[in-house]
Amino acid sequence: MSDFISQQKELYGENVGFDISELLAKPYDKELAGKLYNPLKPMENRITDIGPPHFLQFMPEVIKKNYGKWKTHEIIQPGVIKYTSETGDVCFSVRTGTPRLITTDFLREVADIAEKFCEGSVRWTTRNNIEFHVTSEDALRSLLDDLKARKHPGGSLKFPVGGTGASVTNIVHTQGWVHCHTPAIDASGVVKAVMDDLYEYFGSHKLPAQVRIALACCLNMCGAVHCSDIAILGVHRKPPLVEDDRITGVCEIPLAIAACPLGAIKPATIEVDGVKKKTVRVNEERCMFCGNCYTMCPAMPLADGQGDGIAILVGGKISNRISAPKFSKLVIPYIPNEPPRWPSTVKAIRKILETYSAGANKYERLGEWAERIGWERFFEKCEIPFTEKSIDDYRLAYDTYHTTTQFKWSVHTDNL
Amino acid sequence: MADVKKHDTPMCDELKKGPWPSFVDDVEQRGLHGKQECLDMLGQLELSYKHKETHWKHGGIVGVFGYGGGVIGRYSDVPELFPSVAHFHTIRVNQPASKFYSSAFLRKLCEIWDHRGSGMTNFHGSTGDMVLLGTKSDQLEPVFFDLTHQMGCDLGGSGSNLRTPSCCIGKARCEWSCLDTQAICYDLTQTFQDELHRPAFPYKFKFKVSGCPNDCVAAIARSCCSIIGTWKDDIRIDQSAVKAYMGGEIKPNAGAHGDRDWGKFDIQKEVIDLCPTKCMWMDGDTLKIDNRECTRCMHCINVMPAALRPGTDVGATILVGAKAPILEGAQMSTLAIPFIRMEPPYDEFKEFVDKIWGWWMEEGKNRERFGELIQRFSIQKFLKVAELKPIPQMVKEPRSNPYVFWSAEEVEGGWKRDIAEFRKRHAA
Repeated sequence: MSDFISQQKELYGENVGFDISELLAKPYDKELAGKLYNPLKPMENRITDIGPPHFLQFMPEVIKKNYGKWKTHEIIQPGVIKYTSETGDVCFSVRTGTPRLITTDFLREVADIAEKFCEGSVRWTTRNNIEFHVTSEDALRSLLDDLKARKHPGGSLKFPVGGTGASVTNIVHTQGWVHCHTPAIDASGVVKAVMDDLYEYFGSHKLPAQVRIALACCLNMCGAVHCSDIAILGVHRKPPLVEDDRITGVCEIPLAIAACPLGAIKPATIEVDGVKKKTVRVNEERCMFCGNCYTMCPAMPLADGQGDGIAILVGGKISNRISAPKFSKLVIPYIPNEPPRWPSTVKAIRKILETYSAGANKYERLGEWAERIGWERFFEKCEIPFTEKSIDDYRLAYDTYHTTTQFKWSVHTDNL
Repeated sequence: MADVKKHDTPMCDELKKGPWPSFVDDVEQRGLHGKQECLDMLGQLELSYKHKETHWKHGGIVGVFGYGGGVIGRYSDVPELFPSVAHFHTIRVNQPASKFYSSAFLRKLCEIWDHRGSGMTNFHGSTGDMVLLGTKSDQLEPVFFDLTHQMGCDLGGSGSNLRTPSCCIGKARCEWSCLDTQAICYDLTQTFQDELHRPAFPYKFKFKVSGCPNDCVAAIARSCCSIIGTWKDDIRIDQSAVKAYMGGEIKPNAGAHGDRDWGKFDIQKEVIDLCPTKCMWMDGDTLKIDNRECTRCMHCINVMPAALRPGTDVGATILVGAKAPILEGAQMSTLAIPFIRMEPPYDEFKEFVDKIWGWWMEEGKNRERFGELIQRFSIQKFLKVAELKPIPQMVKEPRSNPYVFWSAEEVEGGWKRDIAEFRKRHAA
């Protein structure tokens, strides 16, 4: 590690963010920005292009010392991974779920825990989990006891431990109705409802393999759920409205037209009070409800309380383990929005998860299981009605059609 | 305690129940400790639960001087009901690589955000930034000055920029990493600051760095340029540990399946038979691997981490073009460079990046992702631009149609022909 540290220092030691400990040690000066920022001379005192702080300064000693020397690891209980180094050092990593949407109150509590047990260091995972690092069994036990006792006023855990191994780990998700302008569904509320229901699978290792659930609240998929074991996706089902009286003021009409991948938006001229006005018309038969027009043009809203809801896609994966990464496939085209607890969605996901859990082999991901038993059997076992909506009719659709006489008899063919 | 007004939120309150951490409780408590924005956000969320529609307006261009990204404009469409969140702009702050923090860092960020914003955050946004959720237009410059002057932090990417690069934990805490993922992520972020802050691309561009083919940051699904660690030499084997797994002394898959009885560990069934290339076998009680046939899927290493480790002749596989469905459908990254060394200053890799960015900026249409550009032209065009040699590793199988775009130079005698000469041989 010392070689790596010195190399990093040599390469980036001059960067502002290489060591910010002095900056952090100073108390926050609420007045400073007001003194430095001059709206009349906006470039005055402006620091730009410094990039993120360098990562090394935040790592605990055991991580720095054993950088590149880790030898093996063992999950000693759900949520706790013991890493062993070639140097003989060990590091216990304790993983806890979070709702991703967190306040400064919560962040300060994380800082408290980090200071109490972890030399003030803490990290987040890609899936919105927090990881605390300790180096002794005693510290580990005290940390776990401490985390278990921390609860919100309503009784929910602040730091549920789990998310390792053959579990349902934290759901990665988007903003939903908390903060976004294009969503078809909420994100945080749906995630809370689903994770409450699947909580037993977060803190245990009883599934055949890890199950990655992700939620994106519209087709833009800023949460990129397209390669998840189970994807919860917000969908619209009504074509965009067109605000004729506003569109030229807020949109570039050619951009709105070009935004439609199916060419369903055409320019139009209408007459309002004897004055000709440029606008657009939508060929509603052609609309696939992607919402790209609304992204480009605020005068074409799609959101609708009755139209919007959830589609469930399953069987995707990222890892290259055994089989290649896979896309998630659409198996339930629509479930209505049911705030605040989305019971139909919660039920549908549990059914898929438990059917998979009962039928899959050890190490088999959900998509690998579905492919092994056949999608006809997947629909049969999960008791999901198969509809034309699960048959692709977009680009490259043909690649998904069966062109063989090899298929299985299932409930779909039993009446023939 | 500050004077704050709590709205009636019976549906949101339902989400205080149950074991999973309640964002409603956290946000409400922060509100009751003096942040009206938190209570107004919950009030507006309650209204969305009632209407089943969002109440956030479409964008609006806001930002800090000299940058074209990092801030996303957001306004309430019911500001009269929830005035403290009438403006509710998001600020993306570039996270340190692989998201380690000190408590001092978190505390100072909290002080800034309590003073100048809503007190709500996302740790983290989907791309990896720390997200400061909700502030007013007049606070954007002060937040930026506070971040740069008092924390040594900078904004992340948004819009048609390079988005904030991200990486897995790498060698810091993982024995499988074939790359210094943090170092690569940090270097690329610093090298391309201009591209990150000032929109010059047709659309967003993402780098993600995973240390091994397990791909913990989803590089292959989520990045325009996926950098994934791999190795060229042999998997390292500790035969005594293999025997320990077979004897049941070490739990398979690091104990990942401990809460269910899957029976005694069977190396034949659980490792050798599941190997996708069938390149492993037992020779007596010795595990053998034909490494030339291995495709480095990680399964055997995942199952027996104490016995098997990736080789030591390491580098990266580079794949390009992943994206979510909008617009032409979801794509995963396509293999471009099977193996490249990733050592500072990463010149060879950066030359590759320059070539593909040059092509994309020249030819890309507005809001066309890099993966879509390749689809619209062709892989062949991409290979030419990137000066890469076609190799069979780039395809699952050769094409099944015969529509080859031959060029005149490739065909003997070229394409210039004389119809009169043709007709001398063939009557019309």
